[in-house]
Amino acid sequence: MILVTVGMQLGFDRLIAAMDSLAPGLGMPVIAQTGKGTYQPQHMDTRPRIAPAEFEALMGEASLIVSHAGIGTVLTAARCRKPIVLVPRRADKGEHRNDHQMATVRNLAGRTGILIAMEESELGARIAEGLALQSVTAVRSATSERMHQSLARFIESHAP
Amino acid sequence: MERPKVLAVASGGGHWEQLMLLRPTLARFDVRFATTETAVALQHGIADAASLPDCNQNMPFRSLLCAFAAMRIVLRHRPDVILSTGAAPGFFCILAGRLLGARTLWIDSAANGEELSMCGKLSLRVAHECWTQWEHLAAPNGPHYHGSVL
Repeated sequence: MILVTVGMQLGFDRLIAAMDSLAPGLGMPVIAQTGKGTYQPQHMDTRPRIAPAEFEALMGEASLIVSHAGIGTVLTAARCRKPIVLVPRRADKGEHRNDHQMATVRNLAGRTGILIAMEESELGARIAEGLALQSVTAVRSATSERMHQSLARFIESHAP
Repeated sequence: MERPKVLAVASGGGHWEQLMLLRPTLARFDVRFATTETAVALQHGIADAASLPDCNQNMPFRSLLCAFAAMRIVLRHRPDVILSTGAAPGFFCILAGRLLGARTLWIDSAANGEELSMCGKLSLRVAHECWTQWEHLAAPNGPHYHGSVL
């Protein structure tokens, strides 16, 4: 199953419509949390919002997450060891008040298990790459390894 | 060398997610957790998380309550090290720890890629160390960059 999420605060019809047209060819069910969007999908199990506990359970069952570039979802996917495809919201299309999601994906590009689709046209290819990944955080990213080592050093240097 | 006692604090949501990503390293020490959402901590198998009331800068009375709760938790556990991934309740624990002699570390949320959070800016003065998870936000006098949970 593929889980699509756009967060609770805003709609993201561009992503939902793109996923709806890809869904019939993906060979597995697609569940979409659509937020405040108005587009009515034909090929996905769709809900405006999903409660945290159920979202957690769905995340556990999913083979892949497709999401707006919200850091909360990126963090949950990392903890659940799921590959995630990110599509940034764009201010020029009225999808957010500014382009901070564009900055987020530029900074996250290349990290383990995180794939970026800057345009809807790249979505199909990124989904195929994401589904081909296995156990994405079996290896920590270099930045994460550095954080863990620095934290351990900080704590150890203040032992009683 | 005794195992350092660590108090690790995060509000529910993304702050807690980030603390949980650090859990494998924290688990090497004598760690206690504190959070605003003890039900979520329980979902992660942490039954003894200390509870803090949620608060932010727009809630002066709850912030005061939270500051007292933070002081009580720090007095009870007497940690050697206090760290928080945010938000305001974590900052109050760092403030309490600073007054009671703990070494304190603020790790600003990965969500703050454009500027440090307000509590992060306060932590520059209050905490012993303040880390940003975005290299471009690092500065010589802090915040410092030591990688990211992602």
